[in-house]
Amino acid sequence: MEITTGWYLVLGALLFIIGGTGLLIRRNPLVMLMCVELMLNGVNLSFVAFSRTLDDIGGQTVVFFVLVVAAAEVVVGLGLVVAILRRQPGATADDLSLLKG
Amino acid sequence: MVDTLVFVVAALICLIGALGVVLARNPVHSALMLVMTLFGIAVQFVAQEAHFLAAVQVIVYAGAIVVLFLFVIMLLGVDRAQNLEMSFLPIQKWAALLFAAGSLAIVVALIVVVGEPVTGAEAMSGALGGTDDVRLLARSLFSDYVYAFELTSLLLVIAVIGAVVLVRKPKVTDPVTAEDGGR
Repeated sequence: MEITTGWYLVLGALLFIIGGTGLLIRRNPLVMLMCVELMLNGVNLSFVAFSRTLDDIGGQTVVFFVLVVAAAEVVVGLGLVVAILRRQPGATADDLSLLKG
Repeated sequence: MVDTLVFVVAALICLIGALGVVLARNPVHSALMLVMTLFGIAVQFVAQEAHFLAAVQVIVYAGAIVVLFLFVIMLLGVDRAQNLEMSFLPIQKWAALLFAAGSLAIVVALIVVVGEPVTGAEAMSGALGGTDDVRLLARSLFSDYVYAFELTSLLLVIAVIGAVVLVRKPKVTDPVTAEDGGR
């Protein structure tokens, strides 16, 4: 059996689905951020697969930007989580609704 | 044959790790499972000749982001087990189930209907050159995407400032130091 691009895309899609489902069913904000990382990685895998198939470096460049944005997102997200969990330990994602002001 | 074996093993590592992230009750276990998934994806990158991205994946994700997660978990002391059942809102479980089933159905339908997804489109921004992916990536990054690259530097500065502002402790209003101008 030969591994075609479709298999990589399926793996990326499965990672995205698992991450999205986890984002919906978990309420610990830290675990939710990890699920977002899973979704981003599924997309990255698809980008690299297309980059290889279409013989185009652009896909890998986009993965580079996704990495940077993921890092920034984690920094800000963890900052929010630290600020809220320090105030009320055991806070869940529902308690983040106070962000709306 | 070797390609198939590498893909299957790395894909299993990815999927087991991903399920572990979602299903582990302890956030520390979730973070360690995330490392497993990220390494599996790095293997997939190497298999697709994206060597530089594989290295960056291990260094940035496994080396920096997951360490940041673990650091925050330990800092806050939230590394106790969480009851998965208790954490559901009534509608939440059904929404998650619907999302998972729906997107899984879409993926399966795409595999069955489309089959081979390659469109035969031409390269837009430079062909891959075998093992020389760092040079190509750098050329693409600093020519076609140079404005986006500069904007990411701005984004990182904003993220750093935002994190400092968010995490800083609120100022204590001490009457003694407030009176004499904080000398």
